[in-house]
Amino acid sequence: MVGWAIAVHGGAGVDPNLPTDRQEQAKQLLTRCLNLGISALQSSASAIDVVELVVRELETDPIFNSGRGSALTEKGTVEMEASIMDGVGRRCGAVSGITTVKNPVSLARLVMDKSPHSYLAFSGAEDFAQQMGVEREENDYFITEDNKGMLKLAKEANSIVFDYRIPTTGYESCGSGVDTPIHMNGLPISVYAPETVGCVVVDSQGRCAAATSTGGLMNKKTGRIGDSPLIGAGTYACDACGVSCTGEGEAIIRGTLAREVAVVMEYKGLGLQEAVDFVIKERLDEGQAGLIAVSKTGEVAYGFNCVGMFRGCATEDGFMEVGIWE
Amino acid sequence: MAGWAIAVHGGAGVDPNLPAERQEQAKQLLTSVLNLGIRALKSSASAINVVELVVRELESDPLFNSGRGSVLTEDGAVEMEASIMDGSGRQCGAVSGLTTVKNPISLARLVMDKSPHSYLAFSGAEKFAKEMGVEMVDNEYFITQDNVEMLKLAKEANSIVFDYRIPKAGYEPCSTVVQSPIHMNGLPIHIYAPETVGCVVVDSEGRCAAATSTGGLLNKRTGRIGDSPLIGAGTYACELCAVSCTGEGEAIIRSTLAREVGAVMEYKGLGLQEAVDFVIKERLDEGKAGLIAVSKTGEVAYGFNCVGMFRGCATQNGFMEVGIWD
Repeated sequence: MVGWAIAVHGGAGVDPNLPTDRQEQAKQLLTRCLNLGISALQSSASAIDVVELVVRELETDPIFNSGRGSALTEKGTVEMEASIMDGVGRRCGAVSGITTVKNPVSLARLVMDKSPHSYLAFSGAEDFAQQMGVEREENDYFITEDNKGMLKLAKEANSIVFDYRIPTTGYESCGSGVDTPIHMNGLPISVYAPETVGCVVVDSQGRCAAATSTGGLMNKKTGRIGDSPLIGAGTYACDACGVSCTGEGEAIIRGTLAREVAVVMEYKGLGLQEAVDFVIKERLDEGQAGLIAVSKTGEVAYGFNCVGMFRGCATEDGFMEVGIWE
Repeated sequence: MAGWAIAVHGGAGVDPNLPAERQEQAKQLLTSVLNLGIRALKSSASAINVVELVVRELESDPLFNSGRGSVLTEDGAVEMEASIMDGSGRQCGAVSGLTTVKNPISLARLVMDKSPHSYLAFSGAEKFAKEMGVEMVDNEYFITQDNVEMLKLAKEANSIVFDYRIPKAGYEPCSTVVQSPIHMNGLPIHIYAPETVGCVVVDSEGRCAAATSTGGLLNKRTGRIGDSPLIGAGTYACELCAVSCTGEGEAIIRSTLAREVGAVMEYKGLGLQEAVDFVIKERLDEGKAGLIAVSKTGEVAYGFNCVGMFRGCATQNGFMEVGIWD
């Protein structure tokens, strides 16, 4: 039996001009979350418990776009979604349209473990949260000054935020007014906020799990669902591996990105890193995205085809790495 | 270039004691929508237009569980969802939580073609519907006497409707009191209503498309999302094939059933029917489901591992078949 491995991410698509202190802050958070996961793994916690634990920490910290610190909807509110999957038995749970639940990933876990369904959204999800007695907060709790500023910029950039890179007919006139070569989701990279956080783990018994959580797209219409709560797109775990994705929503959905890593391992016999590279190269077309993955044999890998992805990884043999750029 | 092909379904999991007249009605509807699709294909309509056209017809007819004739939520209302995918370019659109949109599949199409997003739900979707000027009706329009009766029976059976076959701990006392060996989604088969309708098409130019629409699970909590609006689970189309699934929601979601057919064709080199058989046999574990599929070379196939699936298929060379049982 090989050892445990863990990876975390805080979103793909990073402003190359991100101030160094912001880069440092992000790396410190990633390091802290990794260490949290590592301590749990060293105490023989199960993969499913570790991914939930780590993503809760990422949701609670205001830095990345999940839980507190989520990107804002066009109305200036926060609307969150998350999903979690246990490679053992491929059980899963997901939530969308969350506005008062402090830790969306934990609600997704409860959907998986304690509800007769797989995916609950909006008022139905909030009702379930009430029944389960999870920690609730007013929507203001999740809103940060940073994000209010970002929303203002997004609206000023006079751009509609796309789920995809190439607008369909009728949207040509909606391109951003800001002159910058790098865009993601239709926003200049200086304004675009990384979309999600995620964690994948293989524990000391070779069990894989994955979890993803997000506030979604900056300036989104209420009711817009992205890839993060969609099993097979933003999150996937099975016997062979655990995967969590981030980036342009439509590209991840139509590429069924998370599932694809497992598919090529299983049906093409590729190893984990090969599978990750293949999927990033072949399944995204013009889309920009990234992902983290672990395999049941204790490997960890990541890949992205955009400018940067906040990530960290560690394995039982002492390897540890936190990074942003290529 | 091989010819066109089309398949439709009206749900997997059928009461073996379904009265003969109901069986006849169902077969007549399947035949009439098949013919509708065939006429369009003969006039060189594109696959994406044909699947939308056919599913609109299925939604408008009260017989199956979509649009008018949808099953009811625990509150006695109708809450619909749908998704559509165009194999050329793998564009997709999905909607959930619809209560006043006469044809959910057409709204999903508009999400794909005319919105900057891929998936809209609940109030956000209804708002978009209004902006698009689609036909809107009161929720009562969708409710039929048949379904009011079914809801009553479901509540009397004192069962919670499961998305999956094996209830988690704590739900044992919730199994139905009705004495019947066949259950789907926790309901005895004579109460269980087939969940969805769908259509897959390959047109005379080899383009594939798929569409799926449903009222969801009988007696469901509001906010419960099933497999039908989830790309890769209930619906999938790519260059090689198009697939629409029906059955137990969790089983379809965790096995990414619709995507899987294309994956095994691509990576294992299986033909369409082989791929369908493989996926039904290997990916569902204890779950019960069915699917219809077409390939770019003009083949059509279906498979199911439960008691019956309402379906019909036709190919350009004159083959046509409508059926319910094995």
